[in-house]
Amino acid sequence: MAEIIQEEKAGGKKKAKKHAPHIDMTPMVDLMCLLITFFMLTTAFSKPKIMEINLPEKIKDKNVEPPKISASRTHNLILGPNNKIYWYTGTVKPEDYNNLPPVTELDFSAGPNGVRQIMLDRNKALFKKIADFKNQVLTGKIVMPADSVQKAISRLKTDDDTGPIVLIKAYKKATYGNFVDILDEMSICGIARYTFVEIAWYEEKMVETAAGIAPTPTPARK
Amino acid sequence: MPKIKLPTKSPHIDMTPMVDLFSVVLTFLMLTTTMRQPEPAPVDTPSSSSEKSTPEFNTMTLLLSKDNKVYLNFDNYNVLGQDTSVAFRPKILVEMGKRYNIEFTAAEQAEFKKIPSAMGVPILKMKEFLDTKDLKARTALQTGIPIDSTDNQLADWIFCTRTVNPNVQAQIKGDAKTGFEVVKRVLDIMADKNVFKFNLITTLEGKVNLAEIQK
Repeated sequence: MAEIIQEEKAGGKKKAKKHAPHIDMTPMVDLMCLLITFFMLTTAFSKPKIMEINLPEKIKDKNVEPPKISASRTHNLILGPNNKIYWYTGTVKPEDYNNLPPVTELDFSAGPNGVRQIMLDRNKALFKKIADFKNQVLTGKIVMPADSVQKAISRLKTDDDTGPIVLIKAYKKATYGNFVDILDEMSICGIARYTFVEIAWYEEKMVETAAGIAPTPTPARK
Repeated sequence: MPKIKLPTKSPHIDMTPMVDLFSVVLTFLMLTTTMRQPEPAPVDTPSSSSEKSTPEFNTMTLLLSKDNKVYLNFDNYNVLGQDTSVAFRPKILVEMGKRYNIEFTAAEQAEFKKIPSAMGVPILKMKEFLDTKDLKARTALQTGIPIDSTDNQLADWIFCTRTVNPNVQAQIKGDAKTGFEVVKRVLDIMADKNVFKFNLITTLEGKVNLAEIQK
């Protein structure tokens, strides 16, 4: 019995082989094209990246004095309108509002007028320190395991007492894009100490003079 | 001269390799895809050189749109649509309801859980938003979360989120053209709620050779 059935099956196969089946694949290809297009358009290929930022804590206790930093190392970068940055060094006291220091106009490019050149220039001492340290490790003057080299370098960065301290401030016409860009520049230039602080009214005035905007009436001057 | 007879038969192109290739591409796309979530407002994030990826859970994302509106999103599901162990969203909604004396039904909570994108609905309109199924009506209700000092709902949302999920990380996803005043206001609100650490969501603009620059 079984043999007979096998024979029958074999016979059936032969019949099917006689004319090669031509399946029309066009609709299938159409559908696949459609699906591929759909998936390609809806897929989010590049995962968004993040940039971390720490803000200074608000000092609620009036008796706690803010930490003292040296004026010569302090760089103020004020984000102005039209993607410009206004830069001055040192500090300004509210009393000298009649005699405000000039600000330099910078942009976000890497060119000679860009903030990157200035910051890299100011940070040279730190880079030199790190490069020297790396050299000493490479030439075998300092012997330490590979994983503590990175730690030592980051310690160099945090202990740095020559590099710039950058205070980032934003004039009210700045955009969020400017904010992200300047933080990005800070990380590119390897600035160890930077923070975002509130702009003072006299700084607003400085920007307004430099950019030629009609000054906004300042509230009670303390 | 007799004319050469062209075969009238239509040519049969063998489509098998093409279909094979398509199948491979399709399978690849289907397996790797993470659907782009529709956002209530189009946001062009600024670019940066940062290469850190966004965390997939324990996030609270503030969406700042070009027209200076604030939207909020919390993760409940990660990108693959799986539940990340605990459903935070309904709990946040209930917590928020308590502060404003609004009681949300189980159905409304489930609806809140399902919404895949950021929301910018004032809390008093939230019930209406969750009850309606009409997409257009929903969009009309997305007027942004109020951040005025008189009606600071964003602060309450942040507080409730942090009560429900203490590990939450704040993320800011802003349009490059968002005015800084809104950003400043949002940062102030966060600082008031003792959130000082943020992740700013950006797109990668191309690798920067730090060693070359920092010579």
